[in-house]
Amino acid sequence: MSLTLLNVIAAVVIAVGFAALNAAYLVWAERRGAARIQRRPGPNINGPLGLLQPPLDGIKLMAKQLTIPGGADRALFIAAPVLAMFPAIMSFVTIPFSETIVARNMNVGVLMIFAFAAMGSMSLLFAGWSSRNKYAMMSSIRAVSQAVAYEIPMLITTITVVMISGSMDLMEIVRQQSGSILHWNIFPIFGNSHNLLMPFSFLIFFTCTLAETNRAPFDLGEAESELVAGFHTEYGSMGFGLFFMGEYANIVIGACLTTILFLGGWNCPFGLFPGVWWFLLKIYLLIATFIWIRWTFPRTTIYGLLNLSWKILIPLSLFNLLFTAGLLKVF
Amino acid sequence: MNSPIQLQPDETFILNVGPQHPATHGVLRVKMEMSGEYIVSAETVIGYIHRMHEKMGEIKTYPQFLMNLSRMDYLGALGYSHGHVLLVEKACAIEVPERAEYLRVVMVELNRIASHLFWFGAFVMDLGGFTPLMYALQDREHILDMLEAVTGSRLTYCYFRFGGLYNDVDDQFITAARTFIPRMRKSLKKYRRLVTDNVIFRKRLTGIAPLSPEMCRKYGASSAVARGSGINFDVRRNEPYSVYPEFDFDVPVFHAGDSLARYMVRMEEIEQSLRIVEQALDKLPDGPVMAAKKPKLIKAPPGDYYQAVETARGSFGIRLVSDGGKTPYRLKLRSPTYSNMHLFDEACQGMLIMDALAFMGSLDLVIPEIDR
Repeated sequence: MSLTLLNVIAAVVIAVGFAALNAAYLVWAERRGAARIQRRPGPNINGPLGLLQPPLDGIKLMAKQLTIPGGADRALFIAAPVLAMFPAIMSFVTIPFSETIVARNMNVGVLMIFAFAAMGSMSLLFAGWSSRNKYAMMSSIRAVSQAVAYEIPMLITTITVVMISGSMDLMEIVRQQSGSILHWNIFPIFGNSHNLLMPFSFLIFFTCTLAETNRAPFDLGEAESELVAGFHTEYGSMGFGLFFMGEYANIVIGACLTTILFLGGWNCPFGLFPGVWWFLLKIYLLIATFIWIRWTFPRTTIYGLLNLSWKILIPLSLFNLLFTAGLLKVF
Repeated sequence: MNSPIQLQPDETFILNVGPQHPATHGVLRVKMEMSGEYIVSAETVIGYIHRMHEKMGEIKTYPQFLMNLSRMDYLGALGYSHGHVLLVEKACAIEVPERAEYLRVVMVELNRIASHLFWFGAFVMDLGGFTPLMYALQDREHILDMLEAVTGSRLTYCYFRFGGLYNDVDDQFITAARTFIPRMRKSLKKYRRLVTDNVIFRKRLTGIAPLSPEMCRKYGASSAVARGSGINFDVRRNEPYSVYPEFDFDVPVFHAGDSLARYMVRMEEIEQSLRIVEQALDKLPDGPVMAAKKPKLIKAPPGDYYQAVETARGSFGIRLVSDGGKTPYRLKLRSPTYSNMHLFDEACQGMLIMDALAFMGSLDLVIPEIDR
C-alpha cells in the first residue's frame, strides 16, 4: 500500500519536473527558433547559447509583484493560472514514453487526457472573466468558442483511432503500431488501420492540436494586435509565467498525443530497437513544426477559424468516422 | 465574411482602443461602440502628440523651420522636406542645380521605399505574422545606412536646403544604391511568396473594408487608399514637380478598394520607386549641388504660394502666405494621413474588430503626422 503511494508520489514529481522543464526550455527553443527564422541571434547572453535564460526569466517573474486589478474576482483571478498549469501536468501522468517509462498507465488514458484538456479552456474563461477587462473578456470568449469548436473534430478523429485499435489504453494503441513504419496509424492500408483516410485524420488532428493549444495561426485568444495580450492582459509576475508554462506544457501534451495516436509512439521507423529516444525525437520534431508554423503564418480570423471547424473539419471527421466504421465491419 | 448581426442599442459597450493599444502604432485613440465583436460606431480621437508645427512655422524663420518637416512623419521624412524646399524656392525664385534636384528625387524615393517597407512589416504584424517585419527592417536598414552616410541622420533628416543640398553624394553611395536595387527586387519576390500569396493573408484582406471612389473623394483620401479604390491620381504625374517628368514610371491602380488592393498598391509602388532611383542614377548629371545665386536672408515676397508633393503617405500640401517678413504669415500643412484616417470612422461600421484593425493597418497611419 505504502509502496503504491510512494510510486504515485514519484510519478507525480517526475511528471511535474518533466512538464516544468519542458515548458521552460520550450520557451527558450521557441525564442531561438524564432530568432533563427527571423535572422537575428535571439537570447544568447546568459549562459552558453542563452541556456540560462529560462531560469533567470523565472527568477525575474517571481521577484515581481502580483498585481490584482481593482474590482477583480480575487479567488478566480488567482485560481486561473493554477488551473492552466495543473491539467497539463496531470495529463503527463498517463503518457507512455516507452514500454517501461510511464508514470501510471490506465486503460482509459485517452479519455483522461481529453478530460483534462477540456479543463484548460476553463482557466482561460476564469482569467478573462475575473480580470474585469474588456479585452480579456473578449479574448476568453473567443478562446472558449474556439476550444469547443476544435475539441469536437479532435475527439471524433481520436474515436477513429480508438475504433481501429479497439482500446483506449495509450500503451495498447502504440503496441499495435509496432513492427515497421508502415504499421503506424498515419499510413493507410498497411498495419491494422486499413483506412485510406488516415493521413487526413492526422492532418485534422494536427490542425486541431494547433487550435486547441492556442498556437498561431489560431492564437485568437491572445491576438496581441487586437486584444492587447488577450486573457492574460492583467496578469504579471508568476501568474503570467504559469499561463506561459501551461501553454507550452499543453503543446508537449498535444505533440505526445499526436505521436502516440498516429506516429507509432516509441517505435523506431527503421526496425531498430524501439525506445524513449524515438518518442522524444518525434515529439520534438512536432514541436519544431509548431514553432515553424507560428513564425511563418499570419493569424486567421475568428470567423475563418470557426468556419474551418464547423463547416470543414467536423463534417470531414464525421465522414472519416463513418468510413472507418464501415471498413472495420467489412474486414 | 459573415454579415453583421442586427444590433440592439442596449447590448453595446464602449471599447477604448488606444492611445496605448498595440494596433494603433502610436498615440491614436479610437472609441469604439461594440456589440460583441462587431463595431457599431467608432470615433477616432486625435491630438495626443500635437506639437504645433504650424504655429512654429509662423514664428520660425524659413531655414529654422527646415528641420520641423522631418519631425512630422518620422518614416518618410524627406518627402515632406522636399515639399517645403520646393515651395520656398518657388516663392523666392531660387534656381536649383539639376544635380541637386536629381539627388533629391533619389533620396525621396529611397525614403519612400524605407517607409513602405516599415509599413509592410507593421501591417503584417497587425495580422499576426511577426517574421516579415524583421525581414522588412533588414532591407530598410540598407536604405537607412545609405541615407545616414550622406545626410548624417537615420530618421529625421535635414538634408535639403533652399537652393540645393547639404552635401554631395560620393561614389560609395552610388555603388550602394546600385547594389541595393537588385537586392530589393529579390526581397520583393520573397515577400510575394511568403506573404502576398499566403492563403490566410489573402483571406483576411480580400473584400475587407471596400472603399468606394466617392468615399475617398469625400474625405480627400490620397496615396494607396485612393489608388486602391480606382482613383488614378499621383501628384508626381498629375501635377509634376521637380524632375519627375524625366522618369518613366507607372502609377499602380487597383479597383477593388479592399485592404488587399491597398496592400498591392504599396508593394507595387516599391517597385516603381526602384525604377525611378535606377533611372535617376543613370541620368545623374554632374555639377554643383547648391545654387550659386541665393539670397543671404530668405524672405518670401508677399503672396500666397502652394506646393503639393507625393509623399509615402499620400499627397502632402503645403501653403505659405507671406507678408514679406522673415517668417511666414501663415504656413498650412495638409497632411495626407489626416484625411486618410478620417475614413476609418465611417468605413469600419459593422465590421469585426479584427478586420477593422487590419483595415486601420492598411491605411498606413503615422500618428505624429496626423497630429502635427
